[in-house]
Amino acid sequence: MAGIEVTALHKRYPDGTVAVDHVDLSIGDGELFVMLGPSGCGKTTTLRAIAGLERQTTGDIRIGDTLVNDLPPAERDIAMVFQFYALYPHLKTRDNLAFPLRAEGLPKTEVHERVDEAARLMRLGPLLDRRPHRLSGGEQQRVALARALVRRPRAFLMDEPLTNLDAELRADMRTEIKHLQGELGTTMVYVTHDQVEAMSLGHRIAILNKGRVEQIGTPLEVYDRPASLFCAAFIGSPPMNLIEVEVADGKLRSKSGLVLTPPPNLPRDRGLVAGVRPEALEVTEPGAEGSVPARVVSAEWLGDEIIYVVDHDGRRDVRVRMPPTVRFAADAPVGLRHTGGPPPVYDVSTEELVA
Amino acid sequence: MAVSVDEAASTGPVRDRTPRARRFGGRGRSVLEVALLTVLAVVMLFPVLWMIETSIKENRDVYAIPAKFFDFKVTLDHFKDVFFSSGGGRSSLSVSFLNSVVVAGISTVLATVLGVPAAWAYSRFAVKAKKDQLFFILSTRFMPPVVVVIPIFLMYRQLGLIDTKLGLILIYTAFNVPFTIWMMKGFVDEVPAEYEDAAMLDGYTRLQAFRRFTLPLLLPGIAATAVFALIFSWNEFVFAIFLTSGDSVRTAPPAIAGLIGGTTVDWGLVAAASVVFALPVLVFAYLVRKHLIAGVTLGAVRR
Repeated sequence: MAGIEVTALHKRYPDGTVAVDHVDLSIGDGELFVMLGPSGCGKTTTLRAIAGLERQTTGDIRIGDTLVNDLPPAERDIAMVFQFYALYPHLKTRDNLAFPLRAEGLPKTEVHERVDEAARLMRLGPLLDRRPHRLSGGEQQRVALARALVRRPRAFLMDEPLTNLDAELRADMRTEIKHLQGELGTTMVYVTHDQVEAMSLGHRIAILNKGRVEQIGTPLEVYDRPASLFCAAFIGSPPMNLIEVEVADGKLRSKSGLVLTPPPNLPRDRGLVAGVRPEALEVTEPGAEGSVPARVVSAEWLGDEIIYVVDHDGRRDVRVRMPPTVRFAADAPVGLRHTGGPPPVYDVSTEELVA
Repeated sequence: MAVSVDEAASTGPVRDRTPRARRFGGRGRSVLEVALLTVLAVVMLFPVLWMIETSIKENRDVYAIPAKFFDFKVTLDHFKDVFFSSGGGRSSLSVSFLNSVVVAGISTVLATVLGVPAAWAYSRFAVKAKKDQLFFILSTRFMPPVVVVIPIFLMYRQLGLIDTKLGLILIYTAFNVPFTIWMMKGFVDEVPAEYEDAAMLDGYTRLQAFRRFTLPLLLPGIAATAVFALIFSWNEFVFAIFLTSGDSVRTAPPAIAGLIGGTTVDWGLVAAASVVFALPVLVFAYLVRKHLIAGVTLGAVRR
């Protein structure tokens, strides 16, 4: 087991596209580290560089104490799980699991032992004598995970391993992966574009955009204080409301007068945007104390909660999360009130967190 | 290209079960459809049938007026003449056939050996100006080959490649490589690159990973592509007739064409030679028909 240090990683393709732009990551030993971002943000390229499947243009990668820049993938002592499983189609499950061990040249008895152990861990008993095309997607992914396990690698690299599964199975597998990683204590780097996956799995999350790291933090840090407007818009479903505000008499006010609790040390000399979570707002009866007038545009009944979309400052996309007991009809005039603590505030032009 | 026509025809019955077809005749195929298909079949197949008939008729019956369709004596003399000369020993036609086998075979193998790895590389690696390169490769097929016959002829004269089998092999390979690259790139794109990635993590080099995991999955595609390349080389006429003249070098198409043009034409021999010429490609295409269908439908399969 080992931590992974990525220093000033840069990857430029021959056609000039910069996929990864000077990324620094410090992944701890035994950590479940998630790289999150939209497609094309460089997360997969970074992972493939760590695996050795892609050679970085500049920058260093260390696994444990070893500088692995020039090592081929096989000598980095890592295992990778792919989105398309990549089980060898002509081999039975048992042989798929044994394959990397045989390639290493382990003695037969040990190969047998390790395959049995991995199969037990992932509950593959009845599937051992089938070929990949006779397995369902979920089963294939479990085999792929087991194939990564048998190696007893220093780190697991996961490239969107759950994307091709249906929603229910994905939730199950998520639990399984998290449990497994905790049990084994092996460092895991997990790439996904699914923020729910990132939030529920990661010890820490790195949010990438256009080849750069926008923020690294625990799921809570990332959720509560997104480091940039990009992160603010990316994390959370529904995402943060980004409301233009100004400082007046020590208060934070939107154009139409919605008052927000101001964070300390606000700069006054530039345009500001506050990131307000839907749960930090409240829809009230019109005219309620501290509320500004608004209008319900639509309401989404989700069973355990209602997401109201309301009209505010001429923008028809302010989202408010309310308990299902509070009901307003569409188009009804309502009040809008801020209930949470000080929201993160961003500079409009740099898009960075200022307070 | 005859093979692709066969493929199109074989999808006919499937299409006929659509409601549109039923509107005409009520149940099954409409009378109109059957009639049209029959006419088409007769038009398409009559020359082939006539060729086969002529090849087994005696010369008397070949020239008989009115033509004899059924009532003639069957003889295999013409086929004997294709392979053996009248004085005994091999005929020049049989030498041409052998040349055709050598030229088409080697040029197909060369095009495959060069084209498949190239297609793999174009599919897998980030190559500078990849699209432009691929377009350039394809552009060599935009014009009809006839256009470049004269320049090629002049170049070959300088290089001493006129009237050699090597010359034909090289030019056929040059025409088949772009085709192979484009067709194979489609097949390689369909094989997930993850197989190779996984194999590399398991300790193989990239080339080993390609050979052990991707190549076996490409075999149907390679078979289909090679058949098309083989058919092109086997049927090619223009370059063969311009670049070769000696009996010992000529391939079958110009050799058969050469049988026509004297004061008398031995139609029986021409027909027999044509039948012999057509057979290998038909047999080969038939043997790999499954792979051809796999090749045509591969892109339609969701992965």
